[in-house]
Amino acid sequence: MLEVRNISKSFRGLRAVRDASFAIPEGGINGLIGPNGAGKTTIFNIIAGVYAPDSGGIDFNGNPIHGLRPDQICAAGIGRTFQIVKPFAGLSVLDNVIVGALHRERSVASARAYAVSILEKLRLAPKRDLPAASLTLPDRKRLEVARALATRPRLLLLDEVMAGLRPTECDEMVEVFRSLNRSEGLTILLIEHVMRAVMALAGHIGVLHHGEVIARGTPAEVVRNPAVLECYLGEETQV
Amino acid sequence: MSRGRVALALLFAALAVFPAFAGPYALSVATLVLYFAYTGQAWNVMMGFAGQLSLGHSLYVGVGAYAAGAIFFHYGIGPWAGLWVAILLCVALGVLIGFLAFRFGISGVYFALLTIAFAEFTRIGFDHLDWVGGPGGMFLRVAQRDTWDIANFRGPPLMYYYVILALASLALLLCHFLLKSRAGYYWQAIRENEEAAQALGINTFRWKVCAVALSSAMTAVAGVFFAFYYNNLFPEQIFNISRSIEIILGPIIGGLGTLFGPILGAAVLTLLSDGITELLAALGWEIPGVKQVFYGVVLLVVVMFLPHGIWPALARRLKLDA
Repeated sequence: MLEVRNISKSFRGLRAVRDASFAIPEGGINGLIGPNGAGKTTIFNIIAGVYAPDSGGIDFNGNPIHGLRPDQICAAGIGRTFQIVKPFAGLSVLDNVIVGALHRERSVASARAYAVSILEKLRLAPKRDLPAASLTLPDRKRLEVARALATRPRLLLLDEVMAGLRPTECDEMVEVFRSLNRSEGLTILLIEHVMRAVMALAGHIGVLHHGEVIARGTPAEVVRNPAVLECYLGEETQV
Repeated sequence: MSRGRVALALLFAALAVFPAFAGPYALSVATLVLYFAYTGQAWNVMMGFAGQLSLGHSLYVGVGAYAAGAIFFHYGIGPWAGLWVAILLCVALGVLIGFLAFRFGISGVYFALLTIAFAEFTRIGFDHLDWVGGPGGMFLRVAQRDTWDIANFRGPPLMYYYVILALASLALLLCHFLLKSRAGYYWQAIRENEEAAQALGINTFRWKVCAVALSSAMTAVAGVFFAFYYNNLFPEQIFNISRSIEIILGPIIGGLGTLFGPILGAAVLTLLSDGITELLAALGWEIPGVKQVFYGVVLLVVVMFLPHGIWPALARRLKLDA
């Protein structure tokens, strides 16, 4: 579904992403992990159209999408969340999601109906009339997901959507993604620091280190890979 | 019907019969209030809804006024035709400014500076445009102030009052429907967080240009009204930055992004500042700049105690949420 081919990106001489390649099959839940500064969010932003890659290309369902604007990426069928949440703070929770729903809905009324159904799925319905600014962090993260889902993506990019959540909240979120994946066939790419969530969710994981993909495989394979243990998991297990 | 709608209907009825009880002075003050309510509403589309700060709205008032005024002055063609020329010119200017700014990523204060720059160099340009009288100004023929000549938009003050009342009411209705429409949602999303708005599939460039175009078109109409109400146009005055500031103070004090903020703000500012001028005149004091000091103080107090403007606080107090 998504094919990333040899993309590289530098910022003022700093190679954030080097020659990274991976493919995401339709229907799966995929994880991209790596220590801080590994280039996860950069790759993510390149896919989402925030940056154009210096070299390499990205295909989505066979069409090249690198270099498109973020709104065109959304129109192509890729939804995203932000690592640092960006709610429309002055608008109500429902209005936040309506903005997303309007992308595919013809009228405000139908967008509203669709937004309500999304809020119910993410257990935000009781808070629909509150201003987004009044939400707690876990709810804001949920709102990010709700808004992105409202654009009816076929591929959902989640940028550290579990970070800052308590383990029980994290498990709840995992359940939401599982059911979306199962019931609606939504393909998901998770970028995560929280190993618990990635291990529970992802069928396939890529590990990024210094902008390079150093390992790929199932969660079980990845945690046994010596290169991965050295750069990332080793440090965590020692703590 | 909600309390808010009843209150609005009462207000409209009161304004409709107001001239029957008002003298010429009160009528001119009310006309001014409605004029600022209308221009404030127009500016609010850009800043209050879409979050794009214009500090140069006098540009659209001036170009609109000069366009319709010059067509009338030179060719004797009434403002109903000149209006469209005014709108077309102002939209072209607005789209040009929007295009330059948004295409090259100029935003925030830099965008505001660009709007000032355009208003300023247009002012200097008109100072050197002899066709419209240059710095000496342009004067429209005033005749028969007692008959309603709708075709040429010449008539007694009462006619102007009703026209600006109609304009302000239409602008309110338009904004009411806009806020509930796709455009309203998209503009507010852009205002709150442009990056997130774009990630949700909104072509932010196009929608921001739309906001500027609509705001400039509405303000052009105010310019046409201004030309035919005051009958004299001087670049130094009409394009002056203080004219732009006057337009934006109403919505800021009344409540940015709200429907009634521009109306309430215009009423508060105009009535109080005219009241102070009257009071000083009655006391026989003549203090230059007192109006500016007054604006400053009101702005300071409102920003300190009611950072979202007077209207949101008032609406909550009176349960007027429409």
